[in-house]
Amino acid sequence: MFALRSIAAPAQRQCMRAAPRATVSFSLQIQRQYSQERVAKFNGKKDANGNYPVSLIEGDGIGPEIAVAVKDIFAAAKTPITWEPINVDPILKDGKTAIPDAAIESIKRNKIALKGPLATPIGKGHVSLNLTLRRTFNLFANLRPCRSVAGYKTPYDNVDTVLIRENTEGEYSGIEHVVVDGVVQSIKLITRDASERVLRFAFQHAQAIGRKKVRVVHKATIMKMSDGLFLKVANDIAKEFPDIEFDAELLDNTCLKMTTDPLPYNDKVLVMPNLYGDILSDMCAGLIGGLGLTPSGNIGDECSIFEAVHGSAPDIAGKGLANPTALLLSSMMMLRHMSLGEYADKIEKAAFATLAEGKALTGDLGGKASTQQFTKAIIDKL
Amino acid sequence: MLSRQSSRTAQRLLRAAAQPSQRLNLARGFASVQDETPASTLQSDLFKPTKYGGKYTVTLIPGDGIGAEVAESVKTIFKADNVPITWEQVDVTGLEEGKTTGRTEDAFNEAVASLRRNKLGLKGILHTPISRSGHQSFNVAMRQELDIYASISLVKNIPGLQTRHKGVDLCIIRENTEGEYSGLEHQSVPGVVESLKIITRAKSERIAKFAFSFALANHRKKVTCIHKANIMKLADGLFRGTFNRLAQDYPQLECNDMIVDNASMQCVSRPQQFDVMVMPNLYGGILSNIAAALVGGPGVVPGCNMGRDVAVFEPGCRHVGLDIQGKDQANPTALLLSGAMLLRHLGLDDHANRISNAIYDVIAQGKIRTRDMGGDATNHQFTRAILDSMEKAL
Repeated sequence: MFALRSIAAPAQRQCMRAAPRATVSFSLQIQRQYSQERVAKFNGKKDANGNYPVSLIEGDGIGPEIAVAVKDIFAAAKTPITWEPINVDPILKDGKTAIPDAAIESIKRNKIALKGPLATPIGKGHVSLNLTLRRTFNLFANLRPCRSVAGYKTPYDNVDTVLIRENTEGEYSGIEHVVVDGVVQSIKLITRDASERVLRFAFQHAQAIGRKKVRVVHKATIMKMSDGLFLKVANDIAKEFPDIEFDAELLDNTCLKMTTDPLPYNDKVLVMPNLYGDILSDMCAGLIGGLGLTPSGNIGDECSIFEAVHGSAPDIAGKGLANPTALLLSSMMMLRHMSLGEYADKIEKAAFATLAEGKALTGDLGGKASTQQFTKAIIDKL
Repeated sequence: MLSRQSSRTAQRLLRAAAQPSQRLNLARGFASVQDETPASTLQSDLFKPTKYGGKYTVTLIPGDGIGAEVAESVKTIFKADNVPITWEQVDVTGLEEGKTTGRTEDAFNEAVASLRRNKLGLKGILHTPISRSGHQSFNVAMRQELDIYASISLVKNIPGLQTRHKGVDLCIIRENTEGEYSGLEHQSVPGVVESLKIITRAKSERIAKFAFSFALANHRKKVTCIHKANIMKLADGLFRGTFNRLAQDYPQLECNDMIVDNASMQCVSRPQQFDVMVMPNLYGGILSNIAAALVGGPGVVPGCNMGRDVAVFEPGCRHVGLDIQGKDQANPTALLLSGAMLLRHLGLDDHANRISNAIYDVIAQGKIRTRDMGGDATNHQFTRAILDSMEKAL
């Protein structure tokens, strides 16, 4: 079915390459200057061999196994990428959780990284590593597309949603305090700057993947000022993109409608503040079968990190049973971000064909294949 | 919890003073499980709805959107069953059109006063405009004013109504008076807005106890606490911590907790694992919508808001339905079932059973259904079918 779809919509697929488009298609002069530039454009340089170096965080648990799978597939597809494995085991620096300098330098140099699952020690005063990475590199937007995988049956078919979540503030600002014992205030922070940045990215991403509609999800009926500001900024930004249809929807309605029937969301890009995005993107993952099948990208102005958002599954680590699909899909998102879309298309076709065929599925998808067999099946199709 | 040490001494005194009265308050709310006080004395002062001439007076707030239409069918059906209820209708609206007939404080105050007097209400949903900043949602204001702190949504597959998921039977209990809906917001400098989420131990305790009591009273097995304590370590941490602490007093129930994003994912993939869920305000809004969608939408999910003095029954998934207003397409099931809950609350189980059986019967037959249930009947036809079914059953 996926093969069919890709034939049916080649135009769209072309657009997904996210080429460094000069956004000159607008003739309106009212636009502000900075809208001409693409937010979070990839500026990485090739190395001496003509390959792009990419920092690779293999992660914990099943991380190393699925990273091997991705590396093998990339090698077979002859993608112009060299991997630069880095270690992000947390260190404490001035009493704060931090990642080693070597890792920071590597990502800053390469401008791009691929990351496997990381296990955050719970309740030991460690800020989650994901949060640390996001803060260190100021990754302001979280991009979470979800697409039904033929071969894995869920109650929902043909889901194809794209969610963009503000990643730096909102409910997850981390500003909390105890007013008196038993009374806690947690502050949701919404700023014009951060909202503007993520909204502009959302509109540009919509253009890049060829979607004509952007929808803001909010709860401005209750949070009139904070979500109100987000909504207001969205209305302003929308004027810079006259070719994109813009509307807003109440969070409650989005939850209800998406769960009832996700199909009307297939032509839209949804953008929302932090918490709503977190919840809805995981809910969308639930529609298509879980976090093992969804990619994720954290986009920043300087660098971007693409990751598998599922857990590190320590129970099956090292047994060769892990499903590398999420990391593989994330890596394809990464390729498109690097304007290497043709490789992504090639790998994607092979991967989806393998999944649809259903012969070499891993245990979590109801098959019996090992990580290696699954990887080999994809490589054979390349 | 960081400043607990510093404020402990002052707090200890305060708490010692506040505790006895609070304990009493809580004990009064949950007749069935507070074993230290005899149940008989509790029952008598639990709710004292007014009953004049053998009839209860119940406040009816039809609400906006489809409210008027579905309230009409509730009135018709209740009348046909000779339910001993006199409605005291108050037409509040959250819509802004018209200065005199529109959103007015007077109507709102009248509704609150009426609910205080009658202690019982049946309510549709009031519209909340986005634009008027500083003007709170009437729905939220009413809940805070009357301190109806626990919202209950009953989400269950209705026999015969086909949906994507089978065997869903869960109950969402939501804290109604604080959290993200505190209404406290301010702009620090232009372009920087802070919105406060308030979580207090007292209210977390109250809602957790309510959830446990509800689970026991309704023979449910499991209570799940929904939170985001991995990020909001203090606020949701307090909520979860309170829940876990109280859970130890209920060894007969299976208690666990789950992070809200995971819960929403599980909800759309394996909703059968959930039984009673308890959560702060905003998550309740999200999950009740997701859950309602699993069983057929907001038209079929009943609910209620419980306080210590007042109970207001309203559809469990709060949608105004402005888009289908006046088209006679609304599904009255949610409000009718909420009405049936109200009857059970009054001990009028016979009436409640007759009415709800008739509703289930009509839906199961599948011939006459409103549009949201995949049929093409109007609200009137559907109501008529329920009346016929009730008549047949006699």
